[in-house]
Amino acid sequence: MMQYLPNILFFIVLAAGIGYFTFNIRKVIRNVKVGREIDASDHKKQRWNNVIRIALGQSKMVVRPVSGIMHIFVYVGFIIINIEVLEIIIDGLFGTHRVLSFLGPVYNFLIASFEILALLVLVGVIVFWIRRNIQKIKRFWSREMKGWPKDDANYILYFEMVLMVLFLTMNATDLQLQQMGAAHYTQAGSFPISSLISPLFDGLSESTLILIERGAWWLHIIGILVFLNYLYFSKHLHILLAFPNVYFGKVVPKGKFKNLESVTNEVKLMMDPNADPFAAPAEDETDGEPEKFGASDVMDLSRIQLLNAYTCTECGRCTSECPANQTGKKLSPRKIMMDTRDRIEEVGKNITKNGEFKPDGKQLLDDYILREELWACTTCNACVEACPVSIDPLSIIMDMRQYLVMEQSAAPNELNVAMTNIENNGAPWPYNQMDRLNWKNEA
Amino acid sequence: MSEPIKVPTMAEYMAEGKKPEVLFWVGCAGSFDDRAKKITKAFVKLLHNAKVDFAVLGTEESCTGDPAKRAGNEFLFQMQAMTNIEVLNGYEVKKIVTACPHCFNTIKNEYPELGGNYEVVHHTQFLKSLLNEGRLKVEGGKFKGKKITFHDPCYLGRANGEYEAPRDLLRKLEVELVEMKRCKSRGLCCGAGGAQMFKEPEEGNKDVNIERTEEALETQPKVIAAACPFCNTMMTDGVKGKDKEGDVAVMDVAEMIANAEDL
Repeated sequence: MMQYLPNILFFIVLAAGIGYFTFNIRKVIRNVKVGREIDASDHKKQRWNNVIRIALGQSKMVVRPVSGIMHIFVYVGFIIINIEVLEIIIDGLFGTHRVLSFLGPVYNFLIASFEILALLVLVGVIVFWIRRNIQKIKRFWSREMKGWPKDDANYILYFEMVLMVLFLTMNATDLQLQQMGAAHYTQAGSFPISSLISPLFDGLSESTLILIERGAWWLHIIGILVFLNYLYFSKHLHILLAFPNVYFGKVVPKGKFKNLESVTNEVKLMMDPNADPFAAPAEDETDGEPEKFGASDVMDLSRIQLLNAYTCTECGRCTSECPANQTGKKLSPRKIMMDTRDRIEEVGKNITKNGEFKPDGKQLLDDYILREELWACTTCNACVEACPVSIDPLSIIMDMRQYLVMEQSAAPNELNVAMTNIENNGAPWPYNQMDRLNWKNEA
Repeated sequence: MSEPIKVPTMAEYMAEGKKPEVLFWVGCAGSFDDRAKKITKAFVKLLHNAKVDFAVLGTEESCTGDPAKRAGNEFLFQMQAMTNIEVLNGYEVKKIVTACPHCFNTIKNEYPELGGNYEVVHHTQFLKSLLNEGRLKVEGGKFKGKKITFHDPCYLGRANGEYEAPRDLLRKLEVELVEMKRCKSRGLCCGAGGAQMFKEPEEGNKDVNIERTEEALETQPKVIAAACPFCNTMMTDGVKGKDKEGDVAVMDVAEMIANAEDL
């Protein structure tokens, strides 16, 4: 029995890690479903194309070459090194060591590439840390990046640094043990990077080396499981959600804003000369409350918009391209996404506690997103263009403006004047529609 | 410039039982704004020059609803849209050209679901096709070799992916095209979109049009070329704000072509 203790322990750790992660991911799914259903069954081909190009291919990341290339190191590193995790899990469960080593030269090639990638990840992560903490790049130090968001970003970087160091330490000591001919340590793998740090462990006894190797092995896999479970609490969910989010991203021209169907029906009725102005509302319209126009809280947003919020990794490329933000206005598209996530999380906790959402006297508008932010937007789409994972902060701004104007009549006064002009004389300025062609007679 | 330009309306065409090749959607700015009216007239001259059979809606035209929609008033937008669609469909309009990227975007992208299906082109795209077909001739002229920078309108560029048509026209004028640091898909807005044109900006430390004008002036251009009446206003104001109106002109691409040829 005792000989199986490590296997049993490993199984428990693995099950707990995956179990708690699944538990939290189900919460994310439940929370996203608080949003309105939205049909995204169109443009399948283009959607898959986007996933390949934008998500897998990182096409938008490299618009900014330094962070783009470093990010590709980390991204490719993490995807490829996960093949190694597969081996670690098998070894852990069955007490084998380097179970895939039967692959021979292929195995050597794999381990060598993991090692090179691990080094590149380490380089990338250190560059990221320098950019954030030494260079203090502006987009990492905006108003909404104080406190937790700033710490969160650094914790992720430290995590990744430690994981890579553990991985290389594990290999370096394994190499020493292989060379010693220690029992259980089969001659396998090629170690271009850890062979360079292996001399650090010269002269240690076999038992010390085994202690370090096993220690690094256990800490590495436990670290990965802890990191996996950290995702839900951090901005780092993008490593999973970027893919579905890009799939559900906008596939029509950026300038095309959706037309509200409920409004279309009413306008058609108003314009129909045969409509009976005194007609009783149709059966199905009497059910429930009349539809609310626009969004004042997360339940009014679509599921895609809420998925956007969970996917946002707070890189701030949107905000740094936003004309309003660049000229000192309060609007920050990143903050729109962060606020949306904070609020849906709050709503989610409320649901967990009460079984269903009990009004808490708060909403996304005013309690999180200020009117001043919404009215500063020029709808220029720079934020949408900039997002490397197809998040659309503009759509949330527009939905909230619709709520302000159509439910609250709370547009800034100058806009009310312009809208009254459009209504009365067909132009945002107070000119007579009958004068529309006067220009042709002016020299 | 003495004789008025001949601008037929759809109603007149209808009365004669004719249909034009294309409807010129003038837009509110092009109809009423003094600066934008000059763009309208320049474009009309080019249409005449290329012998394009066109007509306008005249007094039957009304705001597309773009500023209402982007201010959040979907009701007003759809009222405007459906009224316009009724007029356009009544005349069986097939093709629309407009010098305003906002009208262009709205009619092209947001009218189809409401029953308005037309081929919609921006005037820079239309002029480019006239050149390609050999109907309009543009060569050098007075902007030849001059430093020109082009400001991308958001609703032509990012919103609809058209970055090249206006630049192709400028190249035909044999100008020295210098790009601003932020251009094409990363072009900075002039500050007018999303109904900002009709309100005071929110509190900040600078106006967007000043930020953009400063960037344009860094390229030391003779002309800041624009392709949107609202951008034109914002950039003109910006240039005035920087006391540069004596040195730097803000012109629509259509005006530049018309001026180059001294039409």
